[in-house]
Amino acid sequence: MELEQIVFWVLATGAVAFALLMVTGKSAIVSALMLVLTFMCLAGLYLTLHAQFLAVVQVTVYAGAIMVLVLFVIMLLNLKNEEKIFPKGWKTFVGLAAALGVLAQVLAVIYASSDKMPQAMAPNSIVLGTTEGIGRTLYTSYSFPFEMASIILISAAVGAIILAKKRLV
Amino acid sequence: MTPLTHYLAVSAILFFVGAAGVLFRRNAIIIFMCVELMLNAVNLTLIAFAQFMGNQAGQILVFFVMTVAAAEAAVGLAIVIALFRNKETVEINQINVMKW
Repeated sequence: MELEQIVFWVLATGAVAFALLMVTGKSAIVSALMLVLTFMCLAGLYLTLHAQFLAVVQVTVYAGAIMVLVLFVIMLLNLKNEEKIFPKGWKTFVGLAAALGVLAQVLAVIYASSDKMPQAMAPNSIVLGTTEGIGRTLYTSYSFPFEMASIILISAAVGAIILAKKRLV
Repeated sequence: MTPLTHYLAVSAILFFVGAAGVLFRRNAIIIFMCVELMLNAVNLTLIAFAQFMGNQAGQILVFFVMTVAAAEAAVGLAIVIALFRNKETVEINQINVMKW
């Protein structure tokens, strides 16, 4: 096996395992830390796809900023652990069976259509994901959506402050 | 070279783990984190397709998804704090004033 494939399998199993631990974790802190590890594995997967800029943004924005915010709120609220995650009886069984059935169907579709998909990465994929490539496209073809994103962020910041304040004035 | 289908499969598994978390968990913050996981699974699909098709639009879309996720995190956690201030809990079973 090539080194690239070994890296892919380690990161993929890591991402799925940490995601499962995140969903089944009893305490919110453990879940949050497992989600950070999942994000790290996903950043590694982005690197194997030659998307350097997004890998770094994934670590700084997701694993850094957003998860620190989530951890801050968890610590602030002083929550109790959930006693049982899965409800007893047939509901859990039916729910899990339905979820696994849909997942199996999606995977079957993916692998059935694999011969119609591109077999290798595009030759220009090396330059697509660099900071230079992303920045050039973002400031030329996508400059209007880029400015809209700043409006979304400022309105989210204002909205978050208004929602979390005790009284408005 | 890892084929595109493997990336799509990992993404699908992560998405369904996140969806199962949203359906099974009752802690609002953990549900919130599961939504983030689902967003990330879709991001992986977008980046994989962008790189295999040689089209940058997918990566730009991931950039905007991350922007919206950051905004969503700020607003969602503010709502959780406001809920906890009023009800002293973030268990969604006990927050049912809008339940029909």
